[in-house]
Formats: sequence, C-alpha cells, structure tokens
Amino acid sequence: MSSRCRDRALVLAVAGVAGALTAACEREARDFLPPRPGAQVAPAASAPASAAAIALAAAMVGRYEHNAYAISAGKRLFAWYNCSGCHANGGGGSGPALMDDVWIYGGDAGTVYLTIANGRPNGMPAFAGRIPEDQLWQLAAYVRSLAGLASADAAPNRDDAFLTRTPESFADPAKPETVKPAVATGRPQ
Amino acid sequence: MNGVHDVLAPAGPQALALFHLWNAMLVACVVVFALTMAVLAVALWRAPRAGERTRPDLDAHPRREATLRRSVVWGIAGSSVLLVVLLFASFFADRALSALPLADAVHIDLVGHQFWWEAHYEPNSPERTFATANELHVPVGRPVLIRLRADDVIHSLWVPSLGGKKDLIPGRESTLALRADRAGTYRGQCAEFCGYQHAKMALVVVAEPPADYERWSAAQRAPAREPATAQERRGLALVEQTSCAMCHAIHGTRARARRAPDLTHVASRGWLGAGAVENTPELRAEWIARAQKFKPGVNMPPLDAAPDDLAAMSAYLGSLR
Repeated sequence: MSSRCRDRALVLAVAGVAGALTAACEREARDFLPPRPGAQVAPAASAPASAAAIALAAAMVGRYEHNAYAISAGKRLFAWYNCSGCHANGGGGSGPALMDDVWIYGGDAGTVYLTIANGRPNGMPAFAGRIPEDQLWQLAAYVRSLAGLASADAAPNRDDAFLTRTPESFADPAKPETVKPAVATGRPQ
Repeated sequence: MNGVHDVLAPAGPQALALFHLWNAMLVACVVVFALTMAVLAVALWRAPRAGERTRPDLDAHPRREATLRRSVVWGIAGSSVLLVVLLFASFFADRALSALPLADAVHIDLVGHQFWWEAHYEPNSPERTFATANELHVPVGRPVLIRLRADDVIHSLWVPSLGGKKDLIPGRESTLALRADRAGTYRGQCAEFCGYQHAKMALVVVAEPPADYERWSAAQRAPAREPATAQERRGLALVEQTSCAMCHAIHGTRARARRAPDLTHVASRGWLGAGAVENTPELRAEWIARAQKFKPGVNMPPLDAAPDDLAAMSAYLGSLR
C-alpha cells in the first residue's frame, strides 16, 4: 500500500468516526419531560383519522425511531402492556405477526401509530387514553423496528432476558413492504 | 426521608456482628497508624541536628544501622499477627451472620425493579400472602428471611441498621436474614448502581412490636377500602379508566396489573416513588401528573389530567389505608 493511499484511508477513518459520533447524538438523547400540550394526535376512535393527524404521528414516530432509548422503552412496554399476549415476540399468535413484511392496514409510521391508538376490528384494542402519547410513539417505533423499518443503529441489539429470536437491529430492512387489504375473513390475519 | 440509616447504630444481631468487626478493624488501624506516626516522630527527633553550614556527614554512609534486622523482624511479625487476628475476626463475624436462628421467621420475597422494591409477604401460604412496595414492616425480635430477586438489572439491598448488603441478581435467588431487636424506622437503600434513579431507590423498614405487626399485616391482607365519598368514587373510576390501571394493582377493583407498586393500601405508606416524595394529598396529585419532575427517568409516565381529576384520584388513593 502506498503512503498516499494509507493517508487517504486514515482521513476516511477519521471522517467516519467523526460522522458516527455526531450521528450518535440523536440516538442517545433522553427526554423525560411530558410531551407538550397539543402534541396529542390520537383522534377519537369513531372519528376518521385526518391526513394531518397521520402526518403528525408519522413525524413523531420518525423522531422516536432514531432514538435507542425510545425504541428499547417501546420494547419494554410491548411486554408490560401484554402486546406479546397476542403478537408473541413479533412472530404472531392470535394476533398477526409483526416481524414479517405483511401489514394489513399499512406499515407506515402514522398508520402503525393509529392502529395502536384506535384499535382495529377483530380484536386489536384501542390504547389511546389508556397509555400516554409518548408511550404510543415509543410502541409504534418499536413495532416498526420489529420488521426492520426503524433505524438499524437505534434498534435494540439484545433482550433483557433470554434472546427469543434475532435482535431487532438485525431485522432485514430490504424486505418489500406489501400492504394486504383488510378482508373480512372472520379471523385475525 | 426519615428513618435511621447508620452503620454505627446497630438495631439487630446481624448489624451488631458487623459493628463489632468494624470496631476491631478500626482499633487495629488506629493502633497501626499511631505506632507508625510515633516511630516516625522518634526518628525525626533522634536525627542529628544540622545547620546551613554543617558539612554532610559522608562517613556515616557505609555504616549499617545497628538495629535494622531487629526492626524488620518485629515489623513483619507484628503485621502478620495483626493480619491473622483480623482474619479470625472476619471469619467469626461471618459465622455470626449465618448463625441467626430462623425458626418462626417471617418470609418475604423482595424483587428489585428500576427503581423500586416489590415485596410479597408469606409467599408460601396463599391465604396469608399479600403484596406491598417500598415499605416493609417487621416484628421486633422475630427473624425475617428475605428472598431476593431482580427483575431487570443488578440491585443491592442495604439496611445498615439491620445488616449488611446483599446483591439482587437477575436470574438468581439469594437470601438475607435479618432481625430487628429495637422498634424503630430504618432506612434501606439500593447499594448497586442500577440506572438513572439509583439514588432514589430507598426502602423503609418499620420494626414494631409483634402485636402491631399482626394488626398491620391483617390490614394489608384485606382488599382495598370501598370509596366513601362522591369524589373518591370519581377517583376510583379515573384510576380504572386511565393509564394507572395499565401498571398498578388495587385489590378489589379492576386495576390488576403487576408492573408497578401495588396500591391497595398506598395511604398506609409514608412515601411515594421509593422514598422520592412524601405521601401528602398535594404531592400525591403532583406525582400522578408529573412524576418525572421529582424523579427524572422513573418509569411512571406523566398524566395529562385536569386539576380536579387529579385531586379526585389523590383523594381516592389517600383513602386506601
């Protein structure tokens, strides 16, 4: 290797480390203050979701998806609030699987948020009003990380207990997202 | 937070054994330090006086000190004897800790969480068991056998007035035997760094006469008191319908989750949030709304509720004696 080549490699390495350090700032930020008033986007369960509400929820979930603390908090809440009771650890049970590429109502951040907040037919309960807004965002960010749709460098690398499956940060983000229409089959998809 | 938190004020045999060991170590260290300083002072005093103009005494250089061998032998012998004495003291203190008779012991399961203590009394007898949090009551003169587990990370239980530290390690069970011989309120503390609010993870241990303890445990075993006033009824409805019921349990109501402290008799406890806030009506309402203000990083989420809703919830929880 020529010395010039070595110099270039060194410069690239330094730039890479500096870039990683600045990018990592957002990953570790922790905000313990409650969300500001007006940040509530969950509409009443009966009212149709407005496009603005979906866009706002998507923006919030997008912010949480780059934060390792928010996603791992969502992972803890996923167990605490017994999401795993139906969805297991993402593989699905009486509820649909969350780690695959099939999204019955759509896998974009705003839709996932609204699914958790308002519930869906055939068994998904509404959690808006039951759990705080920022926890809904954390859960939405975590659910998307199950399918590899959240930022891979912020998704959890390990479980607190025994590992039950491949960690979220290894989920394949290259899966094509397919949206299956909600058909009334009489049982959850 | 009130309560004795003092290694030098033992209130039970376990703490007393550690106190004796501590005294032995202290005396040994003080004697060694004093002797060293005395020998140093004598050496300085005996050293030849010299002024600015005195020529260096180079003749003395090749001479060996007459008593060198004797000094070294005495020094080594003294240190060895002292170390052996301390070794025995440590050994017998350890023996004394494990010699506590455990007949008629009160069994308590204690689980460490970020950042609070979950307690289950008498876990082996279904008709006598009950759950509480962050405040233990123990009968004076009766041994207490605490089974320690951790839910998330390593914690450590330390009630200095009653005994030494013992770690709570996820996936492992350990036990700690204590006995309080004097009535009083003793403060315990998590003694292994466990996260953001490790410092505010306190445990109150109330040692009281056996009759008082029986009264307290019978009251804890009962389901929650029915709300009496309209405000308390509204408080109960709010607790059942908002995020409270997602994590807390109140026996006899629809709140049955097990992720946060059991609130069935929360008003009987002096503090909220593992010693973070005093349990008064105003502070309780403030804690429900914004726990993060008092204990940043605590897992209790903020609650966006109207002031009179908060007052109703606080009144209801305040009635749960």
